Amino acid sequence: MPKKIRSVNESPLVPVPTDSYIPARDLGKLPVLEARHIGIDFGGLRAVDDFTLTVGSTEITGLIGPNGAGKTTIFNMLTKVYQPTRGTILINGKDTGPMDTVQVSKLGVARTFQNIRLFNEQSVEDNVKLGMHNQINYGMFSGILRLPNYWKQEKIAHERAMELLSIFNMQDMANMKAGSLPYGAQRRLEIIRALGTNPCLLLLDEPAAGMNPSETTELMENIIKIRDTFHIAILLIEHDMNLVMGICEGIAVLNFGKLIAKGTAEDIQNDPVVIEAYLGKKED
Amino acid sequence: MKTNNPSRMKDFATFAGVIIAFLIVYIMRSRGMLTRSLSGQLVPICAYVVMAISLNLTVGVLGELSLGHAGFMSVGAFSGVVAAMSLASVIPSPVLRLVIAMVVGAIFAAITGVIVGVPVLRLQGDYLAIVTLAFGEIIKDLINCLIVGVDERGLHILFNATGSRSVADLHLIEGGKVIIKGAQGATGVKAIATFPAGVVLILLALVIVLNLMHSRSGRAIMALRDNRIAAESVGINVTKYKMMAFVTSAALAGAAGALYGLNFSTIVSSKFNFNTSITVLVFVVLGGLGNMTGSIIAAAVLTILPEALRGFDKYRMLAYAIVLIVVMLGTNNAQVKALLAKLIPHRKKGAEEGA
Repeated sequence: MPKKIRSVNESPLVPVPTDSYIPARDLGKLPVLEARHIGIDFGGLRAVDDFTLTVGSTEITGLIGPNGAGKTTIFNMLTKVYQPTRGTILINGKDTGPMDTVQVSKLGVARTFQNIRLFNEQSVEDNVKLGMHNQINYGMFSGILRLPNYWKQEKIAHERAMELLSIFNMQDMANMKAGSLPYGAQRRLEIIRALGTNPCLLLLDEPAAGMNPSETTELMENIIKIRDTFHIAILLIEHDMNLVMGICEGIAVLNFGKLIAKGTAEDIQNDPVVIEAYLGKKED
Repeated sequence: MKTNNPSRMKDFATFAGVIIAFLIVYIMRSRGMLTRSLSGQLVPICAYVVMAISLNLTVGVLGELSLGHAGFMSVGAFSGVVAAMSLASVIPSPVLRLVIAMVVGAIFAAITGVIVGVPVLRLQGDYLAIVTLAFGEIIKDLINCLIVGVDERGLHILFNATGSRSVADLHLIEGGKVIIKGAQGATGVKAIATFPAGVVLILLALVIVLNLMHSRSGRAIMALRDNRIAAESVGINVTKYKMMAFVTSAALAGAAGALYGLNFSTIVSSKFNFNTSITVLVFVVLGGLGNMTGSIIAAAVLTILPEALRGFDKYRMLAYAIVLIVVMLGTNNAQVKALLAKLIPHRKKGAEEGA
């Protein structure tokens, strides 16, 4: 059994009417994400079909599945990089039907990328400030003319950026170029930049990729810390089962674009369909 | 916060450099130490420097290749000349007229920037470059068709698309004058552009572009260049910031055009052709993408160079090309850079500090 890292917030999963489970502590609140029967076709290929998931407002959810199962495609649909062909996505109860990536981001969905996408030519601090883009409130002319509003807002932004960087102890790197950071720091910076958007749902695409076991343990603690500090929901894609089983309350398993199982870590580990998807069928 | 930041220090050095260069050239000119051809080049140099700064905003900061930047310069030049000439009787002060002409040039170029930007900025990379190239040529031909005159009743504008109309069709009353005569361009322009005004425009362009780069909007523009998908994911509106950079760039080019146009007694639209766009692009690439100091130096040096090389006569353009290649290798080729670092030991230290 993998080591469990649980926070004070721990609570059992309960079923919700949308054919999913959320932690009991989130029951009275609006679920942060409700994906109802979403699907997408690329030409004749049904990349994702009939995917349904509800994420509670402070839940840490895992999305797992073999390579090519469609996990990142689901992230791309949730952030409207791809427009789903079928189904409905509700963020905090709001239908995101006609919205684009920018509008979904303003609703509070932030993400990291499987292949890191930082603004490499800009400083670490500016990367975080770019995450805070829609929190900073001054226009082009205040910026060019250096009006008082510019100084005030930039000062607040600087302090906030430093505060966010301190979550991962990265304050000292603030003036470095993002592209020159070591790999692990780039992954952490991406999470911080996503947090800068002041999200209610954070999507992490393989946050532990390329990390060693001790770095992964640290990351697990940090994910819990982020949830408990910011009171947000986190949905993560990860191949490291130690991490998924250790911190995820609800887990959704995807195979060939279809949801094959949903439940707690224990449920998933004992589900014959999941075992078949990962290990193949037992011959008898 | 201000002084600790290395990029801010570099900005101040750029401002100081421009002002010092201005003072030196100004004193040299007043003592008659400049050749006739060089002092005649001073205002065009300023105009080209502003062009390079403004194109660097599109190419270096926004990261979109534009091959029609001379089109904006052309719009600014002709609208500025029309403004300056038609206000000649109302506003006697040439300095004020020049300022108004530059503002008018900037506004018209910005409007053109919006009109061009809406369809063009949906494209990316090579496609955008080709469409901007076409735009530059279209502007040139459109201005070739313009016949503009002014009299006591106001401004008269004719669009001579068929080639059948002439200046007489303006029906100017006694005392009126023709400003733009179609393909012959604007003639009889009173040259009111001055070198100090040009330097002020350079400083203004620098303040606008550098302050923009260090603000929220500038960060967003650079984010689009670095990673558009990530920029969208943090809620940056792609069209808005592309447009902002493109139109600001166009407006600055328009002001530079007005300065340029008011430096000559005659100005024709074929002056602002594809070659001019490419020349300005060469300044930007040679000076370094996103590097405003580099753009200023490259624009100034490469404008003076062909004149300075006149002594070589037929080998002039060959020498110009060789200088281009050598500078390009010296600034961009890792091996040549390493060789230079060996030859000049203190350069290596500077490079390390820069990295």
